[in-house]
Amino acid sequence: MGNSWAVDLANVTAVYPWQGTEVIMVVLGLVLWIGWHIVQFRQENEDYADDLARYGDKNTIMTALDEDPHSY
Amino acid sequence: MGNNLDALTTLFSEFYYWVTVVFMFLIHVGFCVYEVGASRWRNHLHTLMKNTMLIPLVTITFFFFGWWIYWAFPNGPFITGGIEWEAASANAAWATTMGTNLGDHITGVFWAAFLLFSWTAASIVSGAVIERIRMGAFWILAVLIGSVTWIIDAAWGWHYGGWMVKLLGYHDAYASGVIHAIAGGFALGILVVLGPRLGRFDAEGNPRDIVPHNPWLVTIGLFLIYTGFWGFYAACNVPIISSAAIGGRITGETWTATNIYLAPTTLSAITFNFLMSLSGGLLAAFMVSRGDPFWTYSGGLAGIITASAGNDLYHPIQALIIGAIGAFLIYKLHFWVERRFKIDDAVGAVAVHGYAGVIGLLICGFVLWGYPSSPFEGYATVNPVGMAVGAFIMFFVLGFLPAYIGASILNAGGLLRIPREVELMGLDFKTLREVHGARQNIRSAEKALV
Repeated sequence: MGNSWAVDLANVTAVYPWQGTEVIMVVLGLVLWIGWHIVQFRQENEDYADDLARYGDKNTIMTALDEDPHSY
Repeated sequence: MGNNLDALTTLFSEFYYWVTVVFMFLIHVGFCVYEVGASRWRNHLHTLMKNTMLIPLVTITFFFFGWWIYWAFPNGPFITGGIEWEAASANAAWATTMGTNLGDHITGVFWAAFLLFSWTAASIVSGAVIERIRMGAFWILAVLIGSVTWIIDAAWGWHYGGWMVKLLGYHDAYASGVIHAIAGGFALGILVVLGPRLGRFDAEGNPRDIVPHNPWLVTIGLFLIYTGFWGFYAACNVPIISSAAIGGRITGETWTATNIYLAPTTLSAITFNFLMSLSGGLLAAFMVSRGDPFWTYSGGLAGIITASAGNDLYHPIQALIIGAIGAFLIYKLHFWVERRFKIDDAVGAVAVHGYAGVIGLLICGFVLWGYPSSPFEGYATVNPVGMAVGAFIMFFVLGFLPAYIGASILNAGGLLRIPREVELMGLDFKTLREVHGARQNIRSAEKALV
């Protein structure tokens, strides 16, 4: 793709920027994907640990089960 | 695009698939609404996020490698040939056709149509495991079915050159097996490892009902899934193609729509059969469940799913009866399996999708016995044995087994199930408490202004 649309469209194919770096972009995408899972697993573990520390005692759980859930 | 007719055909096909994708989005909306309605109030926000976030995760992985698998593995590989490197290379994540490309109007919309099937496969599983699976674990398993196992089965049994089509005469036009049987089997594989929700069975093993917090939402969700299913059916077709472009044994110059195997069908035919199989499912499910709304709606879906394998060719009354048989059997099977094996499938997904899909493949093998599975030469015709083997591959080999292994690995690492106390207090306990606190806070502030 040049810097003008004064072209025969029959000859135009890919028009996105940075052509030739597709493999690098895919590798970057894969790293972001795996990284997201790692961070998410950590965050989820932290959240459960926090839930257990703050609300995990028997009395709170019994209260939670007795409460009308629509009240909050 | 060589001439104006080619250009019109290409642009029509591009628009056609785009419309199906938008329609199919409703399947996911329906699954989210349905799942949230089926969960208890104390878990509904987590339930929603669990299903919603499979959208980006399956999308990016389907872009990175799922789509490549479909084009690379129709031969197994090494069953009817090697890896199809050339076809796959145009559909690899780094191909120039996998981006903004004025020379290619089809890859993006065709990729998206398959991607929406991927979401559906993962979303079917999502409902079965609500209220006790960790979100992170579910998302790993969602990627496994959405971007790996289902698309392998599509390459094998839902591709004009798939080895199952060639050797077994496998015919599954609207995905009884390639989406529903595999997803049901996959859900069962997780459920076996995950176990039931706390309190679901009493000490004697009798099941207790965990009722949906909003039955109305459940039924609206299923209505939306029906609607999206129309788009799914249309997306399974090639909308317009000449017999010369097919390149098979069809003679003459008549243009046609085809199924995914490039064998002729019409949108009109599948519209007849979609509605008649839906009706058969609804009628039978209403009767067998004595008017239970949840199972009546689910039975409608099961009716379509049971008839889907052959809905390109069935007579509408055959579709009606097959749909009814499917809905009746899956209802009976669901409760038998629940009592016998203590399986807690929260939304009946294993039955509605898995058993209905398998039953549909088995029935199709008999009803379409002797029909050509493909317009190309050298392919096996549709037959009961080939369809039974296909059903086993879909439900067990590519469904149950990978899920059982994946869930067992996650379970061994303590990453599959939420902590017991969190399950009892509810996944949303902290969030709902904060919401309650915020409401109290603003109410107090407002009262102070009176």
